[in-house]
Amino acid sequence: MSASSEPLFKRLLAHSLFWPLVTLAMILVVNASLNQGFWVLQWRDGHLYGSLIDILNRSAPLMLVALGMTLVIATRGIDISVGAVVAISASVAALMIGGTLVINNGVPTHVSRFPMPLAIVCALLVALFCGLWNGLLVAKIGLQPIIATLILMVAGRGIAQLATGGQIVTVYYAPYFYIGNGFLWGLPFALFIAGGTFLAVHLLVTRTALGMFIQAIGINPAAARLAGVRERLITVCVYAFCGLTAGIAGLIISSNVKSADGNNAGSLMELDAILAVTLGGTLLSGGRFNLAGTMVGALIIQTLTSTIYSIGVPPEINLVVKAVVVFVVMLLQSADFRQAVRGWVFRPDSSGGVA
Amino acid sequence: MSKTNITKPPSGRGSSAPVLELSGINKHFGPVQALHQVKLSLYAGEIHALMGQNGAGKSTLIKVLTGVYPADNGDIRLRGQLIRPTSTLHAQHLGISTVYQEVNLCTNLSVAENIFAGRYPRRGAMGGWSIDWTRMQQEAKDLLQRLNLDIDVAQPLSSYSVAVQQMVAIARGLSISAQVLILDEPTSSLDDDEVERLFGVLRQLRDQGMAILFITHFLGQMYALCDHITVLRNGELVGEYAASELGQGALIAAMVGHELDASLGATPAAQSSTAPTADWLTTRGLARSGSVKPMDLSVRQGEVVGIGGLLGSGRTELARLLFGLDRSDAGEISLNGQLVRMDCPSTAIKLGLGLCPEDRKAEGIIAELSIRENIALALQARQGLWPFISRARQTEMALHYVKALGIKTSDVDTPIGQLSGGNQQKAVLARWLATQPKLLILDEPTRGIDVAAKQEIMNEILTLAKQGMAVLFISSEMSEVVRVADRIVVMRDHAKIGELPAGSTDHAVYALIAEHA
Repeated sequence: MSASSEPLFKRLLAHSLFWPLVTLAMILVVNASLNQGFWVLQWRDGHLYGSLIDILNRSAPLMLVALGMTLVIATRGIDISVGAVVAISASVAALMIGGTLVINNGVPTHVSRFPMPLAIVCALLVALFCGLWNGLLVAKIGLQPIIATLILMVAGRGIAQLATGGQIVTVYYAPYFYIGNGFLWGLPFALFIAGGTFLAVHLLVTRTALGMFIQAIGINPAAARLAGVRERLITVCVYAFCGLTAGIAGLIISSNVKSADGNNAGSLMELDAILAVTLGGTLLSGGRFNLAGTMVGALIIQTLTSTIYSIGVPPEINLVVKAVVVFVVMLLQSADFRQAVRGWVFRPDSSGGVA
Repeated sequence: MSKTNITKPPSGRGSSAPVLELSGINKHFGPVQALHQVKLSLYAGEIHALMGQNGAGKSTLIKVLTGVYPADNGDIRLRGQLIRPTSTLHAQHLGISTVYQEVNLCTNLSVAENIFAGRYPRRGAMGGWSIDWTRMQQEAKDLLQRLNLDIDVAQPLSSYSVAVQQMVAIARGLSISAQVLILDEPTSSLDDDEVERLFGVLRQLRDQGMAILFITHFLGQMYALCDHITVLRNGELVGEYAASELGQGALIAAMVGHELDASLGATPAAQSSTAPTADWLTTRGLARSGSVKPMDLSVRQGEVVGIGGLLGSGRTELARLLFGLDRSDAGEISLNGQLVRMDCPSTAIKLGLGLCPEDRKAEGIIAELSIRENIALALQARQGLWPFISRARQTEMALHYVKALGIKTSDVDTPIGQLSGGNQQKAVLARWLATQPKLLILDEPTRGIDVAAKQEIMNEILTLAKQGMAVLFISSEMSEVVRVADRIVVMRDHAKIGELPAGSTDHAVYALIAEHA
């Protein structure tokens, strides 16, 4: 394992991804030392199995949400409604696909209420609409992003619960489970969704002028507008995209747990997403952003969460443990902090300070 | 200027050692040597000018002196004692107070809070656990009174004009009872009256024995106020002179390194091209309530139209209206006889307009993006997301303009925020030139930049006008407007009050404005 990460490591030494990757590696090492067989990968039934694969699979929804969040944060905004949008999308999909088990001639069959593609499209459209709503509030009405998205954060859970009647909607339709549990070429299918989305966004921001425009808007919206950048249009699109990625994450989550819980699906996911973006090296003040960093950030958070569960931290304190680790990681990633530590260890050069 | 009756008292020179003495100061940023063996002596009771082009190292020297950057080496002595300021606060405690070029205040706090920020007068037990608001406001009021400014100090700073904010920044500098006061371009947003008032206060402080270091691009103001001049060029000391012994020509030569053609030599652009072309842009009754009254304006290709008028006469508002930054609520704009709707800047750019905004920092540069990206931005925005101007093409474009406009930088991938003001302005100009506009609106393109850069920018504008570009030129410096314009549209109180032909003097413009009082 270490043999394959070695050359990668050297190449990235001076790279913006260096510290996020170091953090990830450290958490993995801690994990491995506490958990025998952490690195073990098994090939069973044509799939790869193991803790690492499990972490990758579970981090896919967070990766997606964090990708959308990265672009929003790059425009100097924030979207705290993504958790609610995850719940809405999950609920819509679960409701439309069906919660009934039909028995025909003594043979139980799973029948979807609406065709699955239609359900998926509808769920994604609703999520896209949620994002558009946020974008319009921010760009056209001019609300502060945190307030604008707070509206949907609060209302969204209500909408999701209204749709599901306050119940957990169970899905009995096997093909739908493929999204969150299926495997393609031996790897979890959800990972391909997250990876594909990352690739698409990456190409979009590097091969078109979108990346430059988003950065310009994030750094100086007035100047960007004056230079002819369609600042409002781009802002609306970015929020809409963030809604869409949250919608896809909702599909994966509901498929994975074979149900939709309007109250708990995607709960506090907005905070994890913001954290993933920050860990990945994108500043909350907007401007320069780092998509690959965000992906690593999402992996860090999921690995950390998995670690906390697997090493048996008592459930009542696991949030505290997570917070402490995040705090330490943030300190570690701060160049100022590292400088200061160096200052404590080596005495600063004071020659010539006093005559 | 007209303060000849004020005799300069003999400065403390000769009788005593300098209050502040810098020697052998070196400072480099990466490979760039920003300061090389610079020295400066400042005596009590003198106003000393620090002169030089943009990028000559004036601001860097001030920042070294006030502890923003540490010097690589060299000595700073205050009253003979070696000091090493580590922060502006430390410098203040040592007795060096600075008013920076850009207003560094919090606009959401009150005037009084801004003046005493970090040093609020306290009262109460245990060394003062609460702020003495009454005393703070009274003292703030007294300080501003010295600048003849009578405003409500409890109001937030944002409710006052930039000029008043600048005065507040100066009052803050004065309130720190210092031995050395440094003023970096304090007058760039003040009108003549306010400048006069400020100078009065500075002379008074000088007579009380304060040492004042004054940085400005306005040669006239410098001669009116200062006793001694230190000139920097490319980070090196050119020399120290007595103001009375260094003529304006010699000073410019010292700053630039060679003689400049008399700046009055520039001729209006289209005067030579005789054939009058058709109007390219015309407006009829264009208006927006509260900013521009119904306005008829026409601009031909290859013509430089100057907008004459005082601050607040509606010049900038007119530019914003033409460029679609503000929507008009009456009247029409037509290009080549065709009616157009200017609903946003991107439309205006597609139609062939460009606008160099008045406030470079707030509306011009994208500070953390590179020079390359800043220059390519408007052209890319006009093309939309696709096709993307490749990095190689952007670099080529940026290098072209770096050379053509003389932008001083070692690398076009440097963030534009690290350039000096004049070079930023040139880069913003380059951004528009890259779009090859038919009409370029320049709002105060020469504010806060040095003589040589000013000249370069003006020459570039005139060259482009000769090639057929129309220019709308807005500047507070009336002499500049009359020098370059083929026609001067005079504005007052948000309305056009008349037009003057090329060759009119600035007095003629002022006379026209006064006539309509």
